[in-house]
Amino acid sequence: MMLVDAWHYLTAHPAQFGAALAVHVALSAAALVIATAIAIPAGIYAAHRSGVAFAAINAANIGRTLPSLAVLALVMPLLGTGFAPSLFALSLLALPPILLNTLAGMRSIDADIVDAARGMGMTPRGILRRIEWPLALPVIFAGLRTAAIQVISGAVLAAFIGGGGLGDFITAGIAMMAVPQLLVGAIPVTLLALGADYAFGALQRRVTPRGLG
Amino acid sequence: MSWFLRNIDLVAVALGQHVAIALTALAIAFAIALPVGIAAARSERVYGVAMGVAGLLYTIPTLAFLALLIPLVGLGRTNAIVAMVAFSLVVLIRNVATGIRGVSPDVVDAARGMGMSAWQLLLRIELPLAAPVIVAGLRVAAVTVISVTVVAAYINAGGLGTLIFNGISNDHAPKIWSGALTACALAVAVDGMLALVERRLARARLG
Repeated sequence: MMLVDAWHYLTAHPAQFGAALAVHVALSAAALVIATAIAIPAGIYAAHRSGVAFAAINAANIGRTLPSLAVLALVMPLLGTGFAPSLFALSLLALPPILLNTLAGMRSIDADIVDAARGMGMTPRGILRRIEWPLALPVIFAGLRTAAIQVISGAVLAAFIGGGGLGDFITAGIAMMAVPQLLVGAIPVTLLALGADYAFGALQRRVTPRGLG
Repeated sequence: MSWFLRNIDLVAVALGQHVAIALTALAIAFAIALPVGIAAARSERVYGVAMGVAGLLYTIPTLAFLALLIPLVGLGRTNAIVAMVAFSLVVLIRNVATGIRGVSPDVVDAARGMGMSAWQLLLRIELPLAAPVIVAGLRVAAVTVISVTVVAAYINAGGLGTLIFNGISNDHAPKIWSGALTACALAVAVDGMLALVERRLARARLG
């Protein structure tokens, strides 16, 4: 019954729903791309410098413990409300899992393999491209998967600072105790998170070299 | 800063509520995860099913989960606690199971040879040896629960999120700062404390 009402609400407001879904996906995807563009190079750079790696791991571990809503809320007095401040906060939230997994992936590689490659005359660049990167990739993808789920979930909270997205239906639905409207936000965003989890899981298996994992 | 100092009692009350909600959820989640995790350590099938279900719950966005529970349990603290328990199960069950599986078979054999019953083996050998891994799970779960509690203020569960939401709706930045920074400090402090416990236990286990 509630689901039927939710469906009626959805079909009565197709443009509004489409716009919210588009904003939600754009916000999540952009945050993930920005965080990836920063965290993967930073992780590769830090991997072979133990001092930098130590600092990066500690910073990322603290970043990972911070509550998502607290980070979004802290950005608001500084940058105001809307899409851009939300994107900034979500990008920050996506950094720690990608950075930690890039470091873990790069540092878990057997030193003997790297030694053997060096002995075969490979340059550091060649070792990175042909040995370290492919071996670290499954672990990096596990980090991307965690970050994607976190960002999709965090983008729901962006509604509180005017970021738009599917969270708008949920907050309005809760404020007015209108269950159908609330479901129109909650069910699609749940499916979005589950879909992303599945997709990144599949990608992770794809990039795992044969004989590993 | 001056708002924070003038209203320190208000922040303290919110912090107290926050800790109480988070602790309740964590205690319930642990009470469920411990027996399930023990069963999962012994059976690959139980492990697969438990991880599948708990992993699915964990993936649901926080605010969506709280919203989906409203038709079932309404607004308030019960709703928040149910959601938090659901979110913490996956890491708790996984760590209880992997902790117990990590106990060396030789140690288990020796304990059996000494005539220990299955219960004695569990209580005196397996759980103590698995303790560092179990505490590592509790640590992640505690941080998760503190984070969810911030959001749960929106469905009237109380806690530090109340300050944040009041601050947002009244456009009162000091309130937002006070709520958000206190929540961050709480998460970092609890994480650090449990990391210390984890390390102590790991060292005690070796020595």
